[in-house]
Amino acid sequence: MSQINDFAFKIATANGTGSASANGLIMQAIFRMGVPVTGKNVFPSNIQGLPTWYEIRVSKDGYTARTPHFDLMAALNPATYATDVAEVRSGGWLLHDSTWPLDETLKRPDVTYLGVPLAEMCNAAFKGVRERILMKNIACAGALAALLGMDTGIIKGLTREKFSKKPALLDSNAKAIALGFDYATAHFDCPLPIRLEPMDETKDSILIDGNTAAGLGAVYAGATVGAWYPITPSTSLMEAFKGFCQKYRRDEATKRNRYAIIQAEDELAAIGMVIGASWAGARAFTPTSGPGISLMNEFIGLAYYAEVPAVLFDVQRAGPSTGMPTRTQQCDLLLCAYASHGDTRHICLYPADPREAFEMAVHAFDLAERFQTPVFVLSDLDIGMNDWMVPKLAWDDGYRPDRGKVLSAAELDQAKRFYRYLDVDGDGIPQRTLPGVHPKGAYFTRGSGHNKYGAYTEDADEYEEVMERLARKIQSAAKAVPAPVVRKAAAPTTLGLITVGGCHAACMEAIDVMAKDGIALDYLRVRGFPFGDEVHEFVRQHDVTFVVEQNRDAQLRSLLMLETGAGVAAFESVRYYAGFPMSAHHVIAGVKAKLERAA
Amino acid sequence: MTYIAKPKVHHPSLQRNAIGLTRRDYEGAITTLCAGCGHDSITAAIIQAFWELSVPPHTVAKLSGIGCSSKTPAYFLREAHGFNAVHGRMPAIATGAGAANAGLMMIGVSGDGDSLSIGLGQLSHAIRRNVDILYLLENNGVYGLTKGQFSASADPGSTSKKGEVNTMEAIDGVLLALTLGATFVARSFSGDKAQLVPLIQAGLAHKGFAFIDIISPCVTFNDHEGSTKSYAYTREHQVEVVQADFIAPREAITSEQDAGTVKSVMLHDGSWVTLHKVADSYDPTDRDRAYAYIRERQKVNEVLTGLLYIASDSKDMAEQHELPDQPLAGLPFEQLCPGSAELEKLQARFR
Ligand SMILES: Cc1ncc(C[n+]2csc(CCOP(=O)(O)OP(=O)(O)O)c2C)c(N)n1
Ligand code: SF4
Ligand SMILES: [Mg+2]
Repeated sequence: MSQINDFAFKIATANGTGSASANGLIMQAIFRMGVPVTGKNVFPSNIQGLPTWYEIRVSKDGYTARTPHFDLMAALNPATYATDVAEVRSGGWLLHDSTWPLDETLKRPDVTYLGVPLAEMCNAAFKGVRERILMKNIACAGALAALLGMDTGIIKGLTREKFSKKPALLDSNAKAIALGFDYATAHFDCPLPIRLEPMDETKDSILIDGNTAAGLGAVYAGATVGAWYPITPSTSLMEAFKGFCQKYRRDEATKRNRYAIIQAEDELAAIGMVIGASWAGARAFTPTSGPGISLMNEFIGLAYYAEVPAVLFDVQRAGPSTGMPTRTQQCDLLLCAYASHGDTRHICLYPADPREAFEMAVHAFDLAERFQTPVFVLSDLDIGMNDWMVPKLAWDDGYRPDRGKVLSAAELDQAKRFYRYLDVDGDGIPQRTLPGVHPKGAYFTRGSGHNKYGAYTEDADEYEEVMERLARKIQSAAKAVPAPVVRKAAAPTTLGLITVGGCHAACMEAIDVMAKDGIALDYLRVRGFPFGDEVHEFVRQHDVTFVVEQNRDAQLRSLLMLETGAGVAAFESVRYYAGFPMSAHHVIAGVKAKLERAA
Repeated sequence: MTYIAKPKVHHPSLQRNAIGLTRRDYEGAITTLCAGCGHDSITAAIIQAFWELSVPPHTVAKLSGIGCSSKTPAYFLREAHGFNAVHGRMPAIATGAGAANAGLMMIGVSGDGDSLSIGLGQLSHAIRRNVDILYLLENNGVYGLTKGQFSASADPGSTSKKGEVNTMEAIDGVLLALTLGATFVARSFSGDKAQLVPLIQAGLAHKGFAFIDIISPCVTFNDHEGSTKSYAYTREHQVEVVQADFIAPREAITSEQDAGTVKSVMLHDGSWVTLHKVADSYDPTDRDRAYAYIRERQKVNEVLTGLLYIASDSKDMAEQHELPDQPLAGLPFEQLCPGSAELEKLQARFR
């Protein structure tokens, strides 16, 4: 049975061997053939020498979720041969470096072995240890190109683009690709039944990771101050912001920068800097991950209570504690929704892919300034660091930042008096002033008890009045956060499925598959917190709502219970949290198990 | 921190400064600190310093952490924005505010607990970044607000009110600041307004992190015999090594001011500090020698005060980041957003 444009393969290497460039080449070549493709990089928290995998899924139907079923494995790392061999599906293929004989115990009768003498060929063709190692990966890409039927013209074009300024590298890359390609063509029946054929499904798309997209979003939103403390998997967000700022915000004539990036001493300081900068009127943000959010808690409460805008990107990774820094999870949903001591509640946005990461980055700044409060954008390692195929980013040149109710010098001049926390127009959002603008604008920003005039208080009624208004203010944001994505089943059903963020792709695919099995599910993906009316209604309308998420403790379900008031019987929890992105089969298995139990 | 609005009645005899304001215009709410608290005297010196400089109050941002000392920004410059941060974290707020609006004149007030215990890291890094702020550490050797525990600045051998002896070494803010490369380091005493006012003025004019450690006795918890931060002890052991005069840009240096001057240092805004050397071998422009001298005199229990060190080549954070003259917070959106055409072009990179 041939599988055209519908298969998955995996490349097993060690990190620090230059495999990233070979993997990127393969991904991009498939993408340029117009075939929908996704890549997942599975890497260790380490700089060199530990096992790394790259998983590529090709899907003519456009399914982008991870699949753990691999048709082909390129096993280039002897250290992981055993597990890699075991992961190939029955009837699949295993490509290995035949320079050395493969241990007989690793042979499976139901797998076809494709030996390519990568090391031998590269040792003969290249000089120097480093180049030989790097080119082995490229030669493997060449072999895969032949085996999978990739367009060689596209590969040549890509290497030319990439190394246009480095002719020596262009030469060796072209040579390595040819070594692998020619060997495979000469020795195997190429292409295999799993193979590529050109399509026209990617011309309006790009391949981009969520951190790059979010960093770009921060630039487009007009953010000028970024403060951070490096932490995987959020680091590349600030690196992207920096790169784009150097490109777009540097005035070479005057040698001035229209941005400031401050590498703080820790996350406590990073969020403090963001709050200080926002207080002074700049759009400011910090990218971090769970451990950073833990440290930021005290300041988050201050920003909530003193009503200072702040944008936080939490690129989630597997916790608790240091956890697994290079594995993905959705484990900070509860932490962010109610971060800090005392009664607090925060606006959260949940992108599902890099395109939403870009859009929500921009939206986050608007919400933070409109509602004068911290706003969290919760992506995760999978969204943040993997290349996703998403529709091209779009920008409306009519966009203007929503700076919220900031009074200008002229307005303050006209005003009789200004009181910082007075609800002048009944929407729960007070007026704000910036330092240095006007004598009438002055007030004392404090995290201690204050009344609506901004003065210190320990008076019960005065304290409660402000706290009640704050509750109303945050609740009103439910209408301003992005609406959920809803997809009704073809036929009426009493079953619903709610998910969040990067589980989207797996859920869509699972729902399609289950529909064929006669299981109809209405679908809703929350995109913002506090939840809007649609979310409350969706839960009410279904007898049972499956909640699909990536954490152990069913945090999204807890949030839904807390916020909708629906009881535990209204939900069935489906979880996968071992650190890899959610797959459709996790969703299907989870839903079916619950249904069978109920039957 | 009870907020009691002070009646704003101007006494006709109150003198006006160059912008027509009286001292009253530089005041804030009435203090709620203990009568006799050193911190209140510092507040008075701050008011005097700003008034004399004729700074428009609303161009100032006053920041603090948490503690009795950190309450004091409420008691001066009511027309300036204030920011009472969380405990020990004011430097981060100042760093962010300074990045967003480098034109703000920032004054930070902190305590020895706020700065040398919980906030030691943030203080150190703000110094290292040379954030443009005048930073006052109101040093009383105890946590006043939590009722008198030893702070990190308590000297070994000094005793608490209850008679406990502190056995640990003190963290000295001045030595710390010198070590970390602070560009303006001074020590003073809340009871010495004549010394303090020009130091505050010079610190405000200094471009970069101006650090003043001010011994500021806590009359309630640390003014007893056995304390090395009491009024009596400080009066007895204070030795002024460098007396600084502050000369505003528009004033000329007179020969009288010049007499006995070791050095005049021009500050960024064109003002001058003239440094009168009281101790012979002291050089306030030599970091290493200043450090060694302070250390040496500490051994004989001298509390050296005055402008202990000043760097004439200070490059503050805004300059290091090559920020434009116009504050980042005020840049028009058009200068920040690359627009749709550029986005289209950029995305070729992702195909
Ligand atoms: C996170 C945190 N921990 C503890 C406290 C309690 N606390 C308030 S003020 C203070 C010490 C203040 O000492 P210092 O800075 O020397 O100020 P002083 O009152 O002596 O002027 C402490 C421990 C707090 N506010 N926040
Ligand atoms: S407790 Fe000490 S530091 Fe606090 S106000 Fe009283 S005297 Fe001042
Ligand atoms: Mg103290």
